[in-house]
Amino acid sequence: MASFEYNGKAVDVDEDGFIEDPSVWNEELAKALAEIEGVTEMSDDHWKIVHYLRDYYKQFGIAPMVRKLCKETDTPLKRIYELYPSGPAKGACKVAGLPKPTGCV
Amino acid sequence: MPKEYKTPKLDELEKGPWPSFVKEIKLAAKKSEMSNDLLGQLEQSYNEKLGHWKHGGIVGVMGYGGGVIGRYSDLPDKYPSVSHFHTIRVNQPSGWFYTSDALRTICDIWEKHGSGLTNMHGSTGDMVFLGTTTDHLEPVFKDLTEAGWDLGGSGSDMRTPSCCVGPGRCEWACYDTLQRCYDITMRYQDELHRPAFPYKWKFKFAGCPNDCVASIARADISVIGTWKDDIRVDADQVKTYADEGLDIFNDVVLNCPAKCMRYDGEKKEISIDNKDCRRCMHCINVMPKALRPGVEQGATILIGAKAPIVEGALLSSVLIPFLDIDDEEEFEAFCDLIEEMQDVWCEEGKNRERVGEFIQRVGMGNFLEAVGVEPIPEMVAYPRDNPYVFYEDFYEDEDE
Repeated sequence: MASFEYNGKAVDVDEDGFIEDPSVWNEELAKALAEIEGVTEMSDDHWKIVHYLRDYYKQFGIAPMVRKLCKETDTPLKRIYELYPSGPAKGACKVAGLPKPTGCV
Repeated sequence: MPKEYKTPKLDELEKGPWPSFVKEIKLAAKKSEMSNDLLGQLEQSYNEKLGHWKHGGIVGVMGYGGGVIGRYSDLPDKYPSVSHFHTIRVNQPSGWFYTSDALRTICDIWEKHGSGLTNMHGSTGDMVFLGTTTDHLEPVFKDLTEAGWDLGGSGSDMRTPSCCVGPGRCEWACYDTLQRCYDITMRYQDELHRPAFPYKWKFKFAGCPNDCVASIARADISVIGTWKDDIRVDADQVKTYADEGLDIFNDVVLNCPAKCMRYDGEKKEISIDNKDCRRCMHCINVMPKALRPGVEQGATILIGAKAPIVEGALLSSVLIPFLDIDDEEEFEAFCDLIEEMQDVWCEEGKNRERVGEFIQRVGMGNFLEAVGVEPIPEMVAYPRDNPYVFYEDFYEDEDE
């Protein structure tokens, strides 16, 4: 299993860099994960997305659909890609410490 | 020194006169360790009757949410060169027209960054580049875009639209499939690259009812060329076919599904009752010099096909019987309707529910009402078999 190191600590990640155990997530880890997804600084807008994703995941056990994410956080899809250039699934969900969304080819 | 795999099962697939993907992988394996390990893993899969790819990963390039499909081997220690084997979809040109220079360029790019193996073309329509590693994704994307190419769709987005060769090569094209496929691709770039739909959404453009892109079986929106008026008949050519030995009665008239043709064997004359013609193209295909589609040409818009993945297969059924889609105003109206339908589907559709399944769930009547289209008798799943009948007025009277 691969591991991801930040500030002298290490967490287990899968081959796509998603953390394996959602419970080890913290804001410091989020900042470090954001960096590898092309986010240089976590602004309030970045955190708003992350907190929404985490709340939704805690409640329902899955990631929300993209349209719902845009609507509920009042963030157009274009803006989400500005915040997280690798997109809501690969970027934002990874930073929020959600398990890898199961996509379709 | 590259490993050499014994591949008796794969070798069977090289026999016979037809093309063989095994032959191609072996050729690529001479240059690429990745293709070589692919042979090893595939032979093992054939022996065990078990696939060795993990369920899809999430990889991509910056700015895009689709276009790359993550693929990992579950035997990375045994076949290290295919531990990553990501697929890249590259948007094909309308109708798959390439210059040889363009093909050389993309093949060079792919030999530099990937296995060198391509699938020209996948059933999606895209060029499919098979096998690369995560650290090559940004560089290959950069090289492709600098050469004028772009990635295609994947995941829950608008998939890369595709079309038949249309008026570029084919006399039956009833509208400009190449142009409209390009227009839709360019107009909906966000929808193509940034997945935000409940599930995939496919457009396929076929120039005539022969439907060479099989749009009726695969596309959520099938745009199929058709004509309104009568099949054009060249009486002299009919006689020539008869003189040359074509059995017009048995091979043309009796095969007409609508039984709307008559043949006078003495005069060697064909007559067609056009109001019953089902636009099946059979007679035109058999006698292309004698019969041609009519002159009032356009397209039929059908909705809802899908291959069986989550639910069973569906064929598209008619939404708009006739649209002069070459006309700019009618094309704009078509786009407005598309956006309206996507809005309704995105708002009410479940995760991983194709629009055809969505229509089945909510009912065609409710769907039409939501998108603002009047129900008409042409909207049938099985023509001449099950007309939709709307009893709305009747029910409303009863309720009161």
